Amino acid sequence: MSDRLRGYTLFASISLLILVVAPLALPAFRLDELAKYLCFAIAALGIGLAWGQGGMLTLGQGVFFGLGGYAMGMYLKLHDAGGDLPDFMVWSGVEKLPALWGPFGNPVVAIGAVIVVPVAIATLLGVLVFRQRVRGAYFAILTQALAAAFVILLVGQQGLTGGTNGLTNFYDVFGRDPEAESTQRGLYFVTAIVLGVLYLGARQLVKSRFGRLLVAVRDGEDRVRFLGYNPATVKTITFAVSAGMAGIAGALFVPVVGIISPSLLGVVPSLELVVAVAVGGRYALAGAILGAVAMNYAKTAFSEEWAGGWLYLQGALFILVMTLAPRGAVGVYQQARDALARRRGDRPPPEPEPAPAVKTPKEVPA
Amino acid sequence: MSEALLEIRGLEVVFDGFRALGGVDLTVGAGELRFLIGPNGAGKTTLIDVITGLTRPASGTVRFAGTELSGQKEHKIVRLGIGRTFQTSVVFEELTVVENLDLAAGFRRPLPTLLRQRRGVSDTVATALDTIGLGHLADRPAGVLSHGQRQWLEIGMLIAQQPRLLLLDEPVAGMSRDERDRTGELLTSIAKDHTVIVVEHDMEFLRRYASQVTVLHEGKVLVEGDVAAVQADPRVQEVYLGRTREEAA
Repeated sequence: MSDRLRGYTLFASISLLILVVAPLALPAFRLDELAKYLCFAIAALGIGLAWGQGGMLTLGQGVFFGLGGYAMGMYLKLHDAGGDLPDFMVWSGVEKLPALWGPFGNPVVAIGAVIVVPVAIATLLGVLVFRQRVRGAYFAILTQALAAAFVILLVGQQGLTGGTNGLTNFYDVFGRDPEAESTQRGLYFVTAIVLGVLYLGARQLVKSRFGRLLVAVRDGEDRVRFLGYNPATVKTITFAVSAGMAGIAGALFVPVVGIISPSLLGVVPSLELVVAVAVGGRYALAGAILGAVAMNYAKTAFSEEWAGGWLYLQGALFILVMTLAPRGAVGVYQQARDALARRRGDRPPPEPEPAPAVKTPKEVPA
Repeated sequence: MSEALLEIRGLEVVFDGFRALGGVDLTVGAGELRFLIGPNGAGKTTLIDVITGLTRPASGTVRFAGTELSGQKEHKIVRLGIGRTFQTSVVFEELTVVENLDLAAGFRRPLPTLLRQRRGVSDTVATALDTIGLGHLADRPAGVLSHGQRQWLEIGMLIAQQPRLLLLDEPVAGMSRDERDRTGELLTSIAKDHTVIVVEHDMEFLRRYASQVTVLHEGKVLVEGDVAAVQADPRVQEVYLGRTREEAA
């Protein structure tokens, strides 16, 4: 029970910190930065679910982040263009709006696509891959290749996607000026609340029977088959949920930061997310969020002082965490807490005393 | 003995040119407790693997309650009512004992209901927990269990699945004498209301708990009958004498 109470208190205090203290204490520019970190945290939450709980090391979440981001970006571009062609198409010599863009003029369709498209693609991939029992490093490499291919596709289709520049220069975000402080503040709150809701949902999923099943699949996929479950279904659903989260993250990122481009969703950004989750602690959902916010904050802070040095620091940190504390920051915290509790002696010893399993074992002469 | 629950006819399994099973016929009636013995490499585990869908047969049929099993996926076979354990026990160490059992009991639940949290302990799980006698460890992670306790948890998971046919692959391997005794009793109590096939190496265990025995040798059924008859059979003695004198005596 005290564990539960502690969880509620922690969640309430962090919510207070994010929703009340940060908006009051931080200048608008920093608050906007924080909103960006929270977008990454949403994508990281999905990775925590797929990798930490489900054992699927997904190195291509940038793809789903990008799909969500582009869906939102396309709507904003079309809205700005107001019936004409978006600016970059004109520069590329495109004369007619591509058919793919058509439906995205409708905000409902665009926002629906933010979730539906990543989920559909992840489901398709999951059905194809998990049923063939592709897993571990093979799955990781496959997702990474997907991220690389997606970037090539985006860059190559200049007229359709804006190429390397991506989609940018948004002048109207749902009737507001994206540069205005009030808009940024509003977007910050939306992002924070979406993150909170998704965290609670993911937490419920982890605690449910499905979540227990997911952990079982992670630790013994073959054994799960003999319990009568199809691990491929469990993994596909989880992968799709994590893709949906990345899509939402990407869609929020676009109005918050004002751009979506291939360099934001390729192999490197996808890996950076995974590294952040590892550093924060992949086995706890909170660890994934913590990692994403802390690592992205550190990246900004460090790059302001010593541009280019961050990459080395990040790599070193990743190696350090993987070798010394594979459960990440959350794991270190838990270890310290348990050690402290043991020292105080207010906790039962972890090893159970051996007790008879079947009552009164009768001695049968051999 | 009532009608046949499991009927295996002319089963052949070939691994890279090696005939692991060379035409096995086996019939197990509903409610039976059948021991499957034989020297190493006789094909006992392979036979279990074929029944549960892990290994594809080269030819032959495996019929379970009138349904052909070969070619079906593992989890589909479980859904038809066949459960198994493995030589090396695989319990989910991160999950508690109750969660392990609950997972095993829940495979018939439709997927959406899995999204709810477990509240309390269902009757099936409570019964299984009681049968295997791990009630005092119910909320501990399975990772802390001893080897014997893990095997019992596996058997408990099997009971919780409520299968019509249980396949146990060397349930007493690596167990202490005391643990063997308890496992034997557990087996006897389960066999009262289940059809069970036990693969076993241990002759002493066999003498104490077996009634019907099938002896496999080099991928074929060598002898079938009750314990006394099988033990007295000269062919069985020959097969085992080649290995350890004490075990065959």
